Amino acid sequence: MGTTSIFSVTELTQQIKETLEISYSNLWVEGEISNMKVPSSGHFYFTLKDKNSQIRAVMFRHKNKSLRFTPEDGIKVICKCRINVYEPRGEYQLLIERITPKGIGDLQIAFEQLKKKLEKEGLFDDERKKKIPFLPEKIAVITSPTGAAVKDILNIITRRFPKMAIIIIPVKVQGKEASLEIEDALNTANTYVKADVIILGRGGGSIEDLWPFNEERVARAIFNSNIPVISAVGHETDFTIADFVADLRAPTPSAAAELVVKEKEKLEKQIIQQTSQLKRLLLQILDKNRMQAKHCQCLLGNKLKKLSDLKLKIDDCNFQLTHAINNRVSLKRAEVKSAERIVLSSPPSNIIKNKRQKLEHLTKNISGHFLALKKNKNASLQTCMARLNSLSPLHTLERGFSITTLLPALKTIKDSSLLKKGGRIKIKFAKGSADCKVVEIKN
Amino acid sequence: MMAKKNFEKALVDLENIVQRLDENDLSLDEALSLFEEGIKLSRFCSQKLDSVEKKVEILLKDDEGNLQKEPFENNAT
Repeated sequence: MGTTSIFSVTELTQQIKETLEISYSNLWVEGEISNMKVPSSGHFYFTLKDKNSQIRAVMFRHKNKSLRFTPEDGIKVICKCRINVYEPRGEYQLLIERITPKGIGDLQIAFEQLKKKLEKEGLFDDERKKKIPFLPEKIAVITSPTGAAVKDILNIITRRFPKMAIIIIPVKVQGKEASLEIEDALNTANTYVKADVIILGRGGGSIEDLWPFNEERVARAIFNSNIPVISAVGHETDFTIADFVADLRAPTPSAAAELVVKEKEKLEKQIIQQTSQLKRLLLQILDKNRMQAKHCQCLLGNKLKKLSDLKLKIDDCNFQLTHAINNRVSLKRAEVKSAERIVLSSPPSNIIKNKRQKLEHLTKNISGHFLALKKNKNASLQTCMARLNSLSPLHTLERGFSITTLLPALKTIKDSSLLKKGGRIKIKFAKGSADCKVVEIKN
Repeated sequence: MMAKKNFEKALVDLENIVQRLDENDLSLDEALSLFEEGIKLSRFCSQKLDSVEKKVEILLKDDEGNLQKEPFENNAT
């Protein structure tokens, strides 16, 4: 190169690119992620920064796909990377190969992230959880057929409920393929086996060992299962995503077996106890009713006895009554008879005597009155006759007067004009009479 | 699903019947019909418990990928 050489922009940029990319082709950088962006390409774009500086970084899709967690702003990470210079812009950036969270493990972060996400989606909601059947008839166990978990589960179930139907769906419970196999097994349990309940589990191990149970596809397969799922992963202190989604979390596989199967003996005992109590109570009720019936019978018997007593009494009264009446009637009859006899045999009573006296008296009275009345009437008759006598024309005749009457009519003549010459008249005298002929009329 | 639900329900019904019988205010007819029902439920429950007669199997895929059930030997017992 000469004393002073002039670079074109491209030449300089190329030299810088070469220098940088060769010198920083494989390095580890520690920093905090910020300004994280994932465009539709799927590449991760972010900035790595510390207190004073920052540097742009890219993680391409084919690299970030294998990441178990999603980088977020604020996470402190250590990145395996190299420098890349982007010539069209004259900018340099880090091409990230691998990201490891600093401090806590990446798995821990992945766990927290998935947990948050699924929780938000409602996969852990209590109201979505299915009820574990009280007495399942068929249990599907999804686990490794060679692990300790399957032995524990089988031992406990067969101890509690001999002859329970169990179908083991063998899966790998760790390693890359495990989650796919578990997902598949959950589907099989639903469609092919048609179990009443599923136990999904494995024995204890490191977080890496248990990892398949923290994977999203397993979580979703559990969530989508129509059959209740009991998770039983690791030890009591291990919590996996599967535990949160499952319808019931058992702390260990053995515990799952205990939760899912009641002790047959206990159930039998319960039934026997209930049944014998049922019988005892019925006998009690029968006894009570029988006693009541007896009591009633007794009462009824007493009443019947009383009734016949009463009947007798009534009969007795009847008899006495008839007797008394008869007695009385004959007594009275005798009295009447004797009275009759007395009446018939004795002279008229005082009453008759009285009446007779009264009659006599009255009769006497009546003739007295009658005589008085007769005397009285006689006197008035005499008076009348005297008066009549005094008025009689016969007296006048005796003094020389006579009465002339027209014949034949015998009409008394007081006027001579009534006479006709030659007419006949009768002249009555005090003693006798004479028929005469009118000779001459003088008015 | 129905049959299992019935076991639990039958057991609860049985307990309820026992309780009813204990209440002492029943006519003899009522008590008898309750008793009859209780005995039926008890029999049903016992039968249900004994009807489970199956063994432990493992689900395996044969060479053509078909699922097959085979007896599972639990060598831990």
